[in-house]
Amino acid sequence: MTGAPSTYAGVADVVAVLVLLTEFAMLRAPLLRSQVRLYAFQSFVVTVLAVVVAATHHIPELYVLAAFSLALKVILVPGLVLRLLRDADTDLAGSSALGVASMILIAIAVSAFGFFTVGSLQVHSNALPTSALAIAAAVVLVAFVLIILRSDVVSQAIGFFSLENGVSVASLVVASGLPLVVDVAFLFDLLVAVVVFGVIMRVHHGRGKTLSTEELDRLRG
Amino acid sequence: MASILIVIATLPFAVAVATYLLPVALSKVITVASGVTVFGLSVALVPTVVRTQVAAGSLLRSDALSLVFLVAVGFLYGATAIFAAGYLHLEPGPAGNRYGRRFYAGLNLFCWAMVVTPLVNGLALLWVAIEITTVISALLVALDDTEGSTEAAWKYVLLASLGLGIALLATIIMYYAGTTVFGSAYNLSYAKLLVGARHFPPDVVRLAYVLAVLGFGTKMGLVPVHTWLPDAHSEAPTPVSALLSGSLLAVSFYAILRYFQIAERTLGPTFPRDILLVFGIASLLLAALYLLSQRDLKRLLAYSSVEHMGILAIGTSFGAPVAMTGVLLHVLAHAAAKGTAFFGAGSVVRKFGTKDMTRLRGGIGALPWSGPMLIAAILALSALPPFGIFRSEFLIVSGGLSNSRDAAAAVFVVLVTVAFFGLSWFTTQTMLTPDARSGPDSEGSTVVVEKGEPSISIVVSMVVGLVALTILGVHIPSQLSQLLDHAASELASPRR
Repeated sequence: MTGAPSTYAGVADVVAVLVLLTEFAMLRAPLLRSQVRLYAFQSFVVTVLAVVVAATHHIPELYVLAAFSLALKVILVPGLVLRLLRDADTDLAGSSALGVASMILIAIAVSAFGFFTVGSLQVHSNALPTSALAIAAAVVLVAFVLIILRSDVVSQAIGFFSLENGVSVASLVVASGLPLVVDVAFLFDLLVAVVVFGVIMRVHHGRGKTLSTEELDRLRG
Repeated sequence: MASILIVIATLPFAVAVATYLLPVALSKVITVASGVTVFGLSVALVPTVVRTQVAAGSLLRSDALSLVFLVAVGFLYGATAIFAAGYLHLEPGPAGNRYGRRFYAGLNLFCWAMVVTPLVNGLALLWVAIEITTVISALLVALDDTEGSTEAAWKYVLLASLGLGIALLATIIMYYAGTTVFGSAYNLSYAKLLVGARHFPPDVVRLAYVLAVLGFGTKMGLVPVHTWLPDAHSEAPTPVSALLSGSLLAVSFYAILRYFQIAERTLGPTFPRDILLVFGIASLLLAALYLLSQRDLKRLLAYSSVEHMGILAIGTSFGAPVAMTGVLLHVLAHAAAKGTAFFGAGSVVRKFGTKDMTRLRGGIGALPWSGPMLIAAILALSALPPFGIFRSEFLIVSGGLSNSRDAAAAVFVVLVTVAFFGLSWFTTQTMLTPDARSGPDSEGSTVVVEKGEPSISIVVSMVVGLVALTILGVHIPSQLSQLLDHAASELASPRR
């Protein structure tokens, strides 16, 4: 259970922070296309982290996971969403319930909450520094902020996808021995979300509507 | 016995593949055969599982707790297959044929995932199985391809996936709790976790448990994370609504119970129970109030599901063995009652072409069989004797009183009564008020139809449901009753 070398821990922390910063960038990205590209970048960072953990701790299964994650999250899912957006040619600027500054402030408060509560749990991992787990919790919470405050279908989807990235980081930190089937199953969930997303885009496109969730209010009560 | 487990866990999958390739008429038959077989085999397991648990390899196993849920899912699989055979009306031509093939393949896959969920051995596989149910049912909700169904499917897939993301976090954290005892690589099988649970770090387990209740609670429809549920239940094809409500919510509850078992061993009974009590009361309260203002028949039944999931959570929080038996009986009885009610709603929708209750009148005149049976199912859902839910809620309340949870038990009874009022008022109005031809109707907006049943197999499926409900209410077969007691003792908190 001896810790990894401190440079390694430092690098891992930097990577985790990078994931969190990308999440913030998504929150403020005005264009939906750039949001998708940020997501692809974030997934790439998570993939790199998986490869690093696999190499330094000799867990060969993680290479398989990294390969899946590269194929699905970096290439396939962003590619599909970008294509759907191109076909939809509705207004591509996202909308939000609050101004950018207030959104970022809320996200900072929420991520600080996640960071300190989970950080105080005294979790010890031999794969990655535990601060990375706290950062992963912050990523998950900011993803929720993104889903709640941005009111368009694309942001919601991307918020969910990036939440999955946060969970991936957490699983790399504390549960790198977790059966691989779990992580792969979650990746397939992303694909189904994309399929339903595609259906909804098509149905709405047929009626010349926007991507705003304001349209999705027929069912209530 | 191991071979029975393997057959149960593979048959629906094989049938799903077959139904995608075969003509729809044949699919109807083999789906019914598969559903009835799965139910029969799961009942055949009861005598063995009462004595000992059954395992097949390291992946599949069934103890009494699993089997209760398996029987519930198996029953609804068979009944829904019978119902669907009469409910489905396909347009002739390739479009209708494609719809039928997708529908049957999806239905069987969905049932396969729900059958496997209680049988897998371990928290990781449990999460995967529930994930598969989400993936398939989301596609089934979107099957009709209307504006309403896509909206419902979108909300469902987003919220359920977020919930499962949280549940995955719970799995990961529970896995971490296990590494403190078992070392960094181990499998999350139940037996192992239950043995080690005593030595897990309490703070970590507490976090994992709360995340699990929140995450799987989203799928189960606990307030405040229930918001996808009424939309998905009302917009999905009716056979899918019945399965969502009667068995999907139940297997999500099963997942919570597995975390509950571990949390009780690490933390003692108080904390896990209190968490469930809060969610349960919130669900029951909100659902009872929404039931009073529903105009859509299928949404009414959906809120009734939220109510019953709240009842399950509250019953578990009471913790007394008799309440636990009540909870498990409630799982079975709710599956039968909610299935039957949705079958009746499907009959109404087929007959009248609307589920708007302000436009529905004279149901009992138009539907001589399924009309009265729908009313019976609604009364069963409102916990009237002689049906099973009366018995299960009675056990839950007496368990609450015996464990000096008097206040909670009183709130429970009041809220269930409010829900009864909402449920019965609108359905009786819809079904028993004579139709527009004999009554004054200002706008003439009610739908008028000829007398007659849309399909014989709808009637059969409802008869099956009501018979099961009556058996559960009047006299539970002794083997089943032993099974319930056994499962309740597996859930009851161990002496520390």
